[in-house]
Amino acid sequence: MTDGEKKPAGQGPRGTLAGGNPRGVTVGDPTRPLAARVGAFRPNPLVAGVRSLYPIVIGLVIALLLQTLVAPMLGPFYAKLLLDIGIAIVLAGSLNIVNGFAGQFSIGHAGFMMVGGYASALVTYYGSIKLGWLAPNAYGVDVHGGFLGSGDMLFLFSCVFAGVVAALAGLVVGLPSLRLRGDYLAIVTLGFGEIVRVLVQQTSDVIEPAKAAGASWLTAAKHLGGPLGFTGTPTYVSPTPWLENAAGEQTGHAGIFFAYAIVSVLLVACYRLKSSSKGRELLAVRENEIAAEAMGINTARAKVVAFVTAAFFAGVGGALFAHEIGVTLNPKELGFQKSIDLVIMVVLGGMGSITGVVLAAAILTLLPELFREFAEYRMPVYALALIIVMIVRPQGLFGIKELWDLGFWRRYVIPVWRKIAGGWLIPKGEGDLPAAIAKRLSTERAGGELAKAKDSPSQGARRNGS
Amino acid sequence: MTAALEARAISIAFGGLRAVDQFSLSVPPRALHGLIGPNGAGKTTVFNLLTGVYKPDTGDIRVHGQRLDGKKPSAIAKAGLARTFQNIRLFGELSVLDNVRTAAGVRARSGLWRSLVRTPLYLAEESAIVERSLDLLEVLGIAHRAGEQAKSLPYGDQRRLEIARALATEPKVLLLDEPVAGMNTQEKHEMRGLIESLRERFDVAILLIEHDMGLVMDICDHITVLDHGCTIASGLPDAIQRDPRVIEAYLGVPEEASEGGS
Repeated sequence: MTDGEKKPAGQGPRGTLAGGNPRGVTVGDPTRPLAARVGAFRPNPLVAGVRSLYPIVIGLVIALLLQTLVAPMLGPFYAKLLLDIGIAIVLAGSLNIVNGFAGQFSIGHAGFMMVGGYASALVTYYGSIKLGWLAPNAYGVDVHGGFLGSGDMLFLFSCVFAGVVAALAGLVVGLPSLRLRGDYLAIVTLGFGEIVRVLVQQTSDVIEPAKAAGASWLTAAKHLGGPLGFTGTPTYVSPTPWLENAAGEQTGHAGIFFAYAIVSVLLVACYRLKSSSKGRELLAVRENEIAAEAMGINTARAKVVAFVTAAFFAGVGGALFAHEIGVTLNPKELGFQKSIDLVIMVVLGGMGSITGVVLAAAILTLLPELFREFAEYRMPVYALALIIVMIVRPQGLFGIKELWDLGFWRRYVIPVWRKIAGGWLIPKGEGDLPAAIAKRLSTERAGGELAKAKDSPSQGARRNGS
Repeated sequence: MTAALEARAISIAFGGLRAVDQFSLSVPPRALHGLIGPNGAGKTTVFNLLTGVYKPDTGDIRVHGQRLDGKKPSAIAKAGLARTFQNIRLFGELSVLDNVRTAAGVRARSGLWRSLVRTPLYLAEESAIVERSLDLLEVLGIAHRAGEQAKSLPYGDQRRLEIARALATEPKVLLLDEPVAGMNTQEKHEMRGLIESLRERFDVAILLIEHDMGLVMDICDHITVLDHGCTIASGLPDAIQRDPRVIEAYLGVPEEASEGGS
């Protein structure tokens, strides 16, 4: 509309069809296209840059505190549990992107984890040997350098490499799976996980450090340990920091820091994905694929994006797992059973809920460890828990919602927090909206709640002008 | 002047059944074109052909002169053809606002990386998307329900939300599949005013499938009647109401007439 002259039947005074505007909300021209509006909202690039980075910085600080303060207080046993929880969050969180957000039921996630784990072990084990970082007794390879020293850098590089290789695997699985849905897709992903497992089992024994220096990378890639597992990977991921090696040098076992640094990157990525237009495309595919396609969403591409992103983080999680103390990377351990464990975490937490999956990953990692004596009953108990949840709360603990969207959180936790800390650190769940838009949104919502409270649902609330 | 939507001789057969046969249609900009016919006549199949859910065996489809037949539904939607569904297909678990936001976001330029890094362009676009979505919800009278889950809305509001979502994609042509089905008189009256106002306001051409004859005859400029996949009549509402073939399709042939040998 260029001017307010044309008012077809049913159109109210202020340009809203429904008539008056009792809530004092400034209503814009609905016909203005998106491109024409963007200019008005350009934020200061400096502010945007700070806001882009600070969650990651906070995450890194928390990871450092967990490593330096919390882990020593917990002692070795519980510190190891903290580490396990971190790795479980990375894996379950990554599965949540494809199972939860995009609604594509994948039950071969351990396959991506295995691809990443072996890719990273290949880099750190054979890489260490090529760099001459042999252990003093030359029986294995050395965890080289101090915290964030050369060894840690190699390890971090291997994590990224693991993610990239796993993402490529995700692309390979994602592309042919586009036409499939539901059970059929699940079977394909299951098949993928099994193929990876069988391929790894076909590899030969790991080459001893003394003989491996001359081996090419291709030869090395054929010697991943086979059914016995990849023995001798350096344990960069250990809960107890700052150990000294036999030579008296400080070694960089800062596993909790690394695990939770990656957790924070994953969580920030997940949250930003979920609250962005790109992420909502995934949710739309999950909710109604036909409608999503009809609204202009390229559903095929959305699914591939989901698969590749999820596989990337699963690969990184696999890299963490491969270098964890007490773990021998081993095809048996990363089979179907592991995939199912991850699926249970996602389903229990709520498909699509980031906080729900984090909570479920933590609980399901803690429980079997705390009740060691009943460890044999783990699977029946898991299965039973899953059945009960499916009957009582089929959408999982949180459904698609986040912790701060839940009623009890808003009713009981936020008011208490407000008393303690005012408006500080209360997630609004709305991303980074400018004040004017956020205010309008909350006014609309308050108006809706007011109308709901005042009279019976729809009629009174709808402001019928005509 | 090029038509907003033009279909020329599109046909599709499912096995031996010719669901739509040689269907042609031309809708000028800002026109309101009705598509009617008895149950099973092929109206929704025509919608599915136009929006790319089915690919036509023959014929071509153009929106403002741009050829669209054979493209994916998402590409067709981006070219400016938006639709609603006869059996409502909202993103049920998402909020009302997010339903519209998802559709509006299709026009955003930010991809995955910009979304993850949250660049200034991304932030500006997301804000603009929310503003635009709220404006659209306001037009449809459901802005106060922005935070509610789409599936919890009453039926009439769900239909309104479908229209808001379709408008959010910035369409040139809007296809409405039975927008007043199952509504009471009051709701129908409101919806009618809404549909009439949209084409001027949003500069869209509307193709409407509807069973409510009173509504169709009142608001449409032009009507096409389908029966068994074939166009049996096309013209102004008055002419359609008097057309013997239309009456026959809807009411059957009177006994004397058939005895008289037609």
